[in-house]
Amino acid sequence: MDLILEYQSQLISGTLMTIKLALSSLVVALFFGLLGAWAKLSSNRLAQRVANLYTTIVRGIPDLVLILLVFYGGQVTLNNTGAATGLWGYVEVSQFIAGAGTIGVIFGAYFTETFRGAIMAIPRGQIEAGISCGMPQSLIFRHIIWPQMVRFALPGFTNNWLVQLKTTALVSVIGLQDLVYNAFTAGRSTDKLFTFMAAAFVIYLVLTGISDLLLRALDRRYSRGVVRA
Amino acid sequence: MENILSYIPLDIALIAENFDRFMYGVWITLNLTFLALLLGGLLAIPIAIARASGHRILNPIVQTYTYVFRGTPLLVQTYLIYYGVGQFEVIRQSFLWDPILSSAWWCALIAFTLNTAAYTTELLRGAIADTPKGEVEAAIATGHSYRSRMRRIILPSAFRRAIPAYSNEVIFMLHGSVVASTITLQDILGVGRWLNGRYYLAYEGFITAALLYFLIVLCITWTFRWFERRYLRHLVRREVTSETNLPAPTTT
Repeated sequence: MDLILEYQSQLISGTLMTIKLALSSLVVALFFGLLGAWAKLSSNRLAQRVANLYTTIVRGIPDLVLILLVFYGGQVTLNNTGAATGLWGYVEVSQFIAGAGTIGVIFGAYFTETFRGAIMAIPRGQIEAGISCGMPQSLIFRHIIWPQMVRFALPGFTNNWLVQLKTTALVSVIGLQDLVYNAFTAGRSTDKLFTFMAAAFVIYLVLTGISDLLLRALDRRYSRGVVRA
Repeated sequence: MENILSYIPLDIALIAENFDRFMYGVWITLNLTFLALLLGGLLAIPIAIARASGHRILNPIVQTYTYVFRGTPLLVQTYLIYYGVGQFEVIRQSFLWDPILSSAWWCALIAFTLNTAAYTTELLRGAIADTPKGEVEAAIATGHSYRSRMRRIILPSAFRRAIPAYSNEVIFMLHGSVVASTITLQDILGVGRWLNGRYYLAYEGFITAALLYFLIVLCITWTFRWFERRYLRHLVRREVTSETNLPAPTTT
């Protein structure tokens, strides 16, 4: 315990990095998720094809493979294109950008399915009823679509977010100083790896626990008035 | 052929040269993943029954177990077992150390098994809880005991209902098995990383690994689709033929 207190600044900075990484990749994931859901629901054949290809590829390749590919391969590609076109000089892709970007794109595919399901679950008649009452588009979205879309998407969102938070641990493999990386180096230097990995274990448990509680409260708020069997 | 190959910016010859290594990686990955799924699945069945029974002592224990293993990353669980356990002198001296806990393969197998067992337990519990109440009541009414009810009525239909969700778990376990490459094992990604490190490459190893994983996921998806067609046939909506849609003929 004393040992953990001695290294607490390392653990805290690692935890903050993990949270920062998870939240940044969530923003990317939500963007790609909405884009993907829009593409899958649109009448444009090409958009549907591209979105299907995107979700299939992401589902087929493990996260760590993509992270490594983007981090090492992306760097080379970027610099080769820069050298060939002469538009930019040497750039270095940071671990944070590679990690947040890749995890965001990966989970965007999972959010695509969540959002698509949520939008499809809203009865069409309700929107038509709104139109016939003379509601403007913005009011229909605010009062009819949004509250129900959130309600239908929340269980899937909670699930995706918890998986995503845990996936960020993989970024320690490319050397980003997140919770796992810092706990590991602290454990290595003191020869007490179990103590520090257990500390990381508990911190992850706390993070997922807090997310779970908050999202459940949100779920209660958005499913007021829904009778559950 | 030579001409076409020269347009691909990858060193295909090098990949072909090391292809037997990749095949060995495929073997390690499949071996670890499916052994963990088998052991974890066997472990999950009794645990899920205990969880679904709402037993006063067993239920909280099981719930804590699944909560802890589902709430932390697989990477941390694997590190905790592989790197962490050696901290204790007692374990290092015990008979478990030499053949099992000092080997990366065994540690990965233990971590993966415990992890997938936790997810499978919750999945099965959901399927058991979803059993139509009428079926259970009918079983009670015909004099089935708790055990025979479980064995003959509840579990067979719960297993079937769990197939679609379980296919996701299998794919996630395969995705999760890449963690093995971080504790020195030469699974598919391990070989890819070795190749890139050895020849100082940026793509070849990772792209080959990505393709191999993609192929395995395709095979898993097809297998499960076949399973679903076979075992969930009774849930597929029957095609309504035009005849049944016709109004009943009026008898005059």
